[in-house]
Amino acid sequence: MNKATRPATRKKRRNGLRRTLTGLIVPLALLIAWQIASGAGLISAQLFPAPSSILKDFYDLLASGEYIGHLKISVYRALLGFAIGGSAGLLIGLAVGLSRRTEEALDPTLQMLRTVPLLAITPLFILWFGFGELSKVLLIAVGAFFPLYVNTFLGVRSVDLKLFDVARILEFSRAKQIRRLVLPAALPNVLLGLRLSLGMAWLCLVVAELMGADRGIGYLIQDARSFMQTGVVFVGVFTFAIVGKLADSFVRLLESKLLKWQDNYRG
Amino acid sequence: MTIKGELIIQNVNKSFQRDGSSLHVLSHINAHVKPGQFVSIIGPSGCGKSTLLKIIAGLDAEYDGDVFLSGAPVTRPGKEKGFIFQEHRLFPWLTAEQNIAADLSLKNPAVRMQVDSMIELVKLKGFERAYPRELSGGMSQRVAIARALLRQPDVLLLDEPFGALDAFTRNHLQEALLEIWARNKTTMVLVTHDIDEAVFLSDRVFVMGAGPGTIKHEIAIDLPHPRSRTGPAFQQLRASVMNALHQSETTAQDWEI
Ligand SMILES: Nc1ncnc2c1ncn2[C@@H]1O[C@H](COP(=O)(O)OP(=O)(O)O)[C@@H](O)[C@H]1O
Ligand SMILES: [Mg+2]
Repeated sequence: MNKATRPATRKKRRNGLRRTLTGLIVPLALLIAWQIASGAGLISAQLFPAPSSILKDFYDLLASGEYIGHLKISVYRALLGFAIGGSAGLLIGLAVGLSRRTEEALDPTLQMLRTVPLLAITPLFILWFGFGELSKVLLIAVGAFFPLYVNTFLGVRSVDLKLFDVARILEFSRAKQIRRLVLPAALPNVLLGLRLSLGMAWLCLVVAELMGADRGIGYLIQDARSFMQTGVVFVGVFTFAIVGKLADSFVRLLESKLLKWQDNYRG
Repeated sequence: MTIKGELIIQNVNKSFQRDGSSLHVLSHINAHVKPGQFVSIIGPSGCGKSTLLKIIAGLDAEYDGDVFLSGAPVTRPGKEKGFIFQEHRLFPWLTAEQNIAADLSLKNPAVRMQVDSMIELVKLKGFERAYPRELSGGMSQRVAIARALLRQPDVLLLDEPFGALDAFTRNHLQEALLEIWARNKTTMVLVTHDIDEAVFLSDRVFVMGAGPGTIKHEIAIDLPHPRSRTGPAFQQLRASVMNALHQSETTAQDWEI
């Protein structure tokens, strides 16, 4: 068995590399076209600075240490908010999924709150908690809460009832039923929730930092805009794109490690 | 005086309540299965075979009558009543050996040894680390059998366990089951729709009829093992099961009209 799987793993790795390269074709082509168009003076240097000039801005920000400082505080806010909201979503999703009583008590309220657009409650958060860290982290936490809540709930409820009969015959205790049956069966949904939740955390971070901050990538963008430093704005935008993508790739990696037992269509 | 593996079914009646009306599914089922006996239940689809097996397993507690296993009334499902379903019902996130161990830890040397000997028994060497999706239907069913047998059940209940498999795999698994039975002498109750299977494996064949489900005939299979599926004695018994089944099916149809 082991011998048979080894070449397959190597093949998979090669496929992964190929996929990464395929994914890079479009962005690279765009960048090159952009650079050429800028060099030829076809587009405004003020609104669309050439990639080379953006790179230079990036280098300057990096050299002054400013960039790392902004990135650090942004990532810290996103992670803290995600940790609070995400773990609450996971735990409450589990509780609601496992018990009808809890579902009846909590789910209607949560579903109602879920439909309120985050942008609508941002002013309230600022009124209540001010412009400081607390309002930002809480906003991110609220955003990160719902995807994990909804998907964990869904995952728990999608456990194959037939396997519960097996658990009864094997005399699983309630705790074992949860640990050995419900959690693994819900894992695909939980991981999907995790991905969406991280994405939401990142999105809410942007909202929170654009609303008012004195540090962070969002602040960097806002500040550069007021001074018409379009290159720096681009640095901020690219940072959001790349870190967001990295977080997403991390969860995908987690999925491929934890869900290798699944046989789904993979394209 | 009671003996491990003895199964007594006394006057079992069962109805399902559906949309306010009641469906009488089992009527006056009586059976006495001796320890180590291999019995088969055969009958038309919908006559209540699965329902009866679930009652014996303790998975369904809403019925009239009594079921005793090893002298004690059956009140709930448990390890002493191993159950093999038509679908393997393995945990898809566990490998073959983890499925056999299920809630027991493979790090425990005693468990490790038991699991290894089960893997040997059901001939799955080389596939210990495979996930259910990587196993064929026959292999998965063998993992399920190993999972049940590891718990040393007093009775093994099998609900059309080989029904979804191709003829070749089915024959192979029937022989494997006989081998296991010869070694462990576990009481076996097999539901099947395959007459050959019933005659090949069992000591006794119960033929059920529908509407409501009753045991219409019982046929003793007094053939020594190993049995030849083509011998005249086998064919004769096969014909009598077939006849009994045919009779019970016609009466069932009469009842439906
Ligand atoms: N949970 C249930 N609720 C209502 N009716 C059921 C249920 N399970 C089975 N039945 C009915 O009981 C009868 C016997 O079913 P079953 O025991 O599965 O038959 P068999 O296994 O012999 O094919 C069928 O008519 C079926 O529709
Ligand atoms: Mg059935």
